[in-house]
Amino acid sequence: MASYFRDLWLGIVTILASMKVTARHFFIPAVTLQYPYERRKLEGWQGSAEKVFTRHQLEVDIDDCIGCLQCERACPVECITIETIKTLPGEDLGKTSTEHPKRLWVAKFDIDMEQCCYCGLCIYPCPTNCIHMTDNYEYSVYNKEKHLYHFGLMTETEAAAKRVQLEEAQRKEKEAKAREPKVSKPEKPKKAAPEKGSEGEA
Amino acid sequence: MMEELTRAMVQWFPFLADVPADLLLLAASVMAAVAILLLITVYVLAANWGERKVAAHAQDRLGPMVVGWHGWAQAIADALKLLMKEDIVPRLADKKLFVLAPVIVFASSFVAFAVLPFGEGLVASDLDIGLFFIIAVTSMITVGIIMGGWASNNKWSLLGAMRSAAQIVSYEIPVGLAVLTVVMMAGSLNLQEIVGAQEGGFWNWYGFPLRNPFTFVAMIIAFVGTLAEVNRTPFDIPEAESEIVAGYHTEYSGMKFAYFFLAEYADMFLFSALLTVLFLGGWHGPFGDAIPLPGPVWFLAKVLFLVFVQMWMRWSLPRLRVDQLMYVSWKVLTPISFANIFFLGLWMVM
Repeated sequence: MASYFRDLWLGIVTILASMKVTARHFFIPAVTLQYPYERRKLEGWQGSAEKVFTRHQLEVDIDDCIGCLQCERACPVECITIETIKTLPGEDLGKTSTEHPKRLWVAKFDIDMEQCCYCGLCIYPCPTNCIHMTDNYEYSVYNKEKHLYHFGLMTETEAAAKRVQLEEAQRKEKEAKAREPKVSKPEKPKKAAPEKGSEGEA
Repeated sequence: MMEELTRAMVQWFPFLADVPADLLLLAASVMAAVAILLLITVYVLAANWGERKVAAHAQDRLGPMVVGWHGWAQAIADALKLLMKEDIVPRLADKKLFVLAPVIVFASSFVAFAVLPFGEGLVASDLDIGLFFIIAVTSMITVGIIMGGWASNNKWSLLGAMRSAAQIVSYEIPVGLAVLTVVMMAGSLNLQEIVGAQEGGFWNWYGFPLRNPFTFVAMIIAFVGTLAEVNRTPFDIPEAESEIVAGYHTEYSGMKFAYFFLAEYADMFLFSALLTVLFLGGWHGPFGDAIPLPGPVWFLAKVLFLVFVQMWMRWSLPRLRVDQLMYVSWKVLTPISFANIFFLGLWMVM
């Protein structure tokens, strides 16, 4: 009998206690973010205003790219495809904003955001900080081909024409070399890109 | 009230004097019914929005915010959606009963509004057995619910209907006994007279513990019991969505679902109004005539407060188990209300 009344009392007390908890929550401001109308401003991991290192859409400042292919190699899902073309003998592409000399045309720089796993591993090796993540997380499209982002400087036909020009120039150089027996430049047949990367870090 | 309405009609439109009195009475009744139906509809839309807001803020959310200022028109948008939805009757359902069930459920709670006194003399039908009428008529809700659950030919619906029947039948007993204490005090079943007996201030209300502790206990019992009768949390066992989908209205869609929905909210209003009339002084203000507001305003304010308390409890308490439900009714509320009546009798004799 005593336990009956104790249970009854406990029931009343706990109901009132739970109602008190609910009543307190009526006065706590809501945590809802009204998404399409309000957006959370994303702070970069490294606090940088220009190059935001959140895990969202990748962006390449192609003018700063030296075609070192380090991001392509770092990518675990191989969503970055880069093709470079050597400069013609007389061409000077200038320097990047980080004072790295640019020695290659970056003809093709495609990022397939369909495959990207947002790991950010491509960002760290970049010697010129040209590949980075933006704070844009809303880039849904109706056509999945649109998620293949082209950052390259040339179209297919331009790249093909450039290659023909380069072959032409190399052939001429070889002929000239054949005429003069002296060997001056040993670096010609080697690929230039990997050296560039190791040179890096300004 | 009907007679006054007919007299007023004749006064405003003298050409109506030749019309037979019975016809005028019928017209007045239809007007009153339409007015109450409008009140219910507007209240249901408002309460639906209010419930979402209460639910949201109890969980630190915002609730509907897009349609109109703070989403006030969300309920209207949803009502329009319900009107336009396809009205599905399951192929193996008992079609006649399936169609009839929501009508019975809604009609039986709608009829009870006829005897609710919204203000001094503002009652559609001033029955001398008003209280008895409400309790009798609202029992019909069970019939409608069982009918709907059976006709749906769906196991969830049938389970929900059976649970609902068990629940309503169990809780009508303590509610009836709790209501009896007020009848003993007021000496009348007429709701107008019961409200009249509580005139003055809140210290004269039957729900005020210092006026009479036994009617106060009766108010708590009646509140818990009516909460169970309208299937609200923590007594939402008949429509427990985590156990039996939606209970007796699982198979209903479109307008027929809207009827059940309307009936549930109308029941909330009805039982809150009943508690207001019996225990909270009906249309009387809490400080006598100190605050000169019209009676219906006080009445609606009290009713809506009780509706809010129902919503508040919904977001505070978890659902009971069926055996706990039966325990609360038969082992707690019923014996206490019997003891209550006995001690109130002693109190009144002495």
